[in-house]
Amino acid sequence: MQNEVVNDTKQRAQDAATQGFRAFADLVLRIGSSTKTNEKLDALVQYFYEADDKDKVWMIAIFSGRRPKRVVNSTQLATWAVELTNLPFWLFEESYHTVGDLAETIALLLPENTQLPAHAEPLHHYIEQLKNLEKESEDARHSFILASWQQMSFNERFVFNKLITGGFRIGVSQKLMVNALAKTLQAEPSVIAHRISGNWDPSTIPFTELLSAEAQANDFSKPYPFYLAYAIEEPELEKLGAPSEWQAEWKWDGIRGQLIKRNGDLFVWSRGEELMTEKFPEYAALLNLLPDGVVLDGEIIPSVDGKPLPFALLQTRIGRKNITRKQLQEAPISFFAYDLLEFGGEDWRTRPLSERREKLDAIVRAAQHPILLLSERVPFESWNELAELRQGSRDMGAEGFMLKNLSSAYQVGRKRGDWWKWKIDPLTIDAVMIYAQKGAGRRSNLYTDYTFAVRDGEKLVPFTKAYSGLTDKEFAQVDAFVKRNSLEKFGPVRTVKPELVFEIAFEGIAASNRHKSGVALRFPRISRWRQDKKADEINTLEELKQLLELYGK
Amino acid sequence: MPLIEFSEKGLYCRAGGFYIDPWRPVDRALITHAHSDHARWGSKYYLAQHDSIPIMQARLGPNHYQGVNYGETIFINGVRVSFHPAGHIIGSAQIRVEYEGEVWVLSGDYKTENDGVSGAFEPVPCQHFVTESTFGLPIYKWKPQAEIYRSMQEWILKNQSSGKSSIFIAYSLGKAQRLLQPLSEVSERILVHGAVYNMHMALVNAGHKLPPVERVTPDTPKEHLKGAVVIAPSSAEGTSWIRRFSPHAVGICSGWMMVRGNTRRKNADAGFALSDHADWDGLIEACKATGAENVYATHGFQAAFSRYLTEQGIQAREVITEFGNDEDAGPTPTEEEEAQIVPDAE
Repeated sequence: MQNEVVNDTKQRAQDAATQGFRAFADLVLRIGSSTKTNEKLDALVQYFYEADDKDKVWMIAIFSGRRPKRVVNSTQLATWAVELTNLPFWLFEESYHTVGDLAETIALLLPENTQLPAHAEPLHHYIEQLKNLEKESEDARHSFILASWQQMSFNERFVFNKLITGGFRIGVSQKLMVNALAKTLQAEPSVIAHRISGNWDPSTIPFTELLSAEAQANDFSKPYPFYLAYAIEEPELEKLGAPSEWQAEWKWDGIRGQLIKRNGDLFVWSRGEELMTEKFPEYAALLNLLPDGVVLDGEIIPSVDGKPLPFALLQTRIGRKNITRKQLQEAPISFFAYDLLEFGGEDWRTRPLSERREKLDAIVRAAQHPILLLSERVPFESWNELAELRQGSRDMGAEGFMLKNLSSAYQVGRKRGDWWKWKIDPLTIDAVMIYAQKGAGRRSNLYTDYTFAVRDGEKLVPFTKAYSGLTDKEFAQVDAFVKRNSLEKFGPVRTVKPELVFEIAFEGIAASNRHKSGVALRFPRISRWRQDKKADEINTLEELKQLLELYGK
Repeated sequence: MPLIEFSEKGLYCRAGGFYIDPWRPVDRALITHAHSDHARWGSKYYLAQHDSIPIMQARLGPNHYQGVNYGETIFINGVRVSFHPAGHIIGSAQIRVEYEGEVWVLSGDYKTENDGVSGAFEPVPCQHFVTESTFGLPIYKWKPQAEIYRSMQEWILKNQSSGKSSIFIAYSLGKAQRLLQPLSEVSERILVHGAVYNMHMALVNAGHKLPPVERVTPDTPKEHLKGAVVIAPSSAEGTSWIRRFSPHAVGICSGWMMVRGNTRRKNADAGFALSDHADWDGLIEACKATGAENVYATHGFQAAFSRYLTEQGIQAREVITEFGNDEDAGPTPTEEEEAQIVPDAE
């Protein structure tokens, strides 16, 4: 009995693993259900060994955020699924609000497929088909989706739907994927990270070329992987050693970016590895001012006369396809440069920061353009002195300090030791919860997304939502409160008895005419549950507006 | 006045002078099954199916208990009452109440698939049917239990081949007993937590035949802990009690594991969507089979479930009760439920 089961499991695992899309779905399942990094790594390595080259390229693309263009929207997908289930649409929606994930809801509701084809199509087959659908009618899209579902098991349907809807968050970080690829190819993770960065088209590039050093040299737009800092708190500063070995700069609240001048062209990359050159036409002015073969690391930030403006201003333009003259005037941007990664076409990342910085200063001075600024170093003699200077962060339009070791190389990804971010404490306000909605992912079927209000006389004025900051246990308690203190209704949002008070922390505040309260918060989250406070002890709209006066201008 | 009223203290039969599964202390309580949200402390007289009595004695202590057989008819103040299998856990019953031609069935918690331990659910014709709706959304569709058991057995063997113990998190009353047969097919020894053991012994002493288990104690030999097959309640999750089996994998047995997010939230290595409640199809099938003109849906997705039934031509409405605190009925056990779990003796 025991042996039979083992053999059967092995056999089935093998079938699943050797077959195209089924193998990819199996990989996603293994990664998604594993709680151990090593198991995930093994699953990825195994995939790299077994999958065909085209599928591998797409797997790398998908796990590094390069998804095919979306050809079917959520409503279409939902409508077509409902066709197959014979359920009323409202019941589909109720199910969706509970599951919190469209791809999974559809997989759960579709009638079970009892006769799976013996042979599964490869991953790239589905992706190529999806790409072809860009030019096709809605009818063609409809038949392709339905026909695909008919071929698939529950897991395959789930993963297929995920491919279409995007948001491929399944517990694998890009870093883990890079490590698996490095292990498979026996290369350094930092080298792999660089090779798969930047601008490549997964539908045309062969696997070997994607990872070859030669192809690298021909791509003039290619950015370097960003070096990211961990947070540090004041008591740990002493452990950093002598202040003279460290450089302090203000920590800016903009978009981290690389400005690349190579082969007579200028490229702007965001940290999300998105090519954003078109979004910032202002930088074109630097094309003839920068020497060729130069890569700068810095902050894309709205500013006037070298003084940063609130991040909210930048948000008004980054979402747009075409930027108007008015937006260019209202949200003028600069580049605050803080590092030099390449000079004269040569990779400078292993040189010490002090040397890179000296050369950077010279480049910025020589360019002499108001749009290209140096992120100034803040001189300090002792950590205490720096702590005092940090109090002035908000006045500088900064959110604290960056601390960088002067002898440090420019590393890949988030690493401890040489770079630290030392952020200021957030602003806070006490508010009462008035609406709740079920969450997604691991918060499925739990009320975890809340809307908060401040007092305005007798009225409660909603001013922000927040989704994070409570422990699982606290979320369970609030969930139970919501279920007891709201009437069961249809639709996702429950109005809740205004009773639970929370302290909301946020990084910034700006005026907004899209919100009833007149303010928009930056990075709002729950900092703690004020079980010691009653709803009539929360802050007022007046007090919120005072914060806007103080910090929002 | 209807025969059954939805009162502050619970479902009330005025003509008979009794309550069904009351959530406040009353004089006379009829109990569908022994889970803590249905069989509550403090009433004077309890009436339940025979097999529920030893469990209630173990949980609620000495009280006035009376047991009846399935199908046996009794009269209370002229009201005709009988208990019928609900298939939920050992001793679970639907209670049929009849007076002057009006027939109600209060089904408590039920499951339509026969698990071989809890009695086979039988539809009881009635005019008024009170149903749970714990899993009253179409996303909840159970696989046949044989298939779930097979994947559990495969999981055990996979764990053993990598030197790991397999910890099944299961409610100590109901699911723990259900797991014994399939687990004993691949493992000679099944280790259990104290809470599971206490319930097991209460049932064995009452004459139920169950595959043998071994209680985990500080004296349990080390070699028994390696690669072991273990059943523990959710209160043991993430505690030092579990770490003794290291290296191990944790698998949660609950209908909620149907949705990936719940498995991920629990940080479990595996989720088995095995439930003691009816799934969507089971609920609808059960409501239809009674032929009831009126359905009352409670604890769970009652709003969606009753709306769907009404659209299907069965008059249904939602009622609010205080049921639904047992482990399988809430995404996370409440504190009340946690307190009900007998702490391990160590």
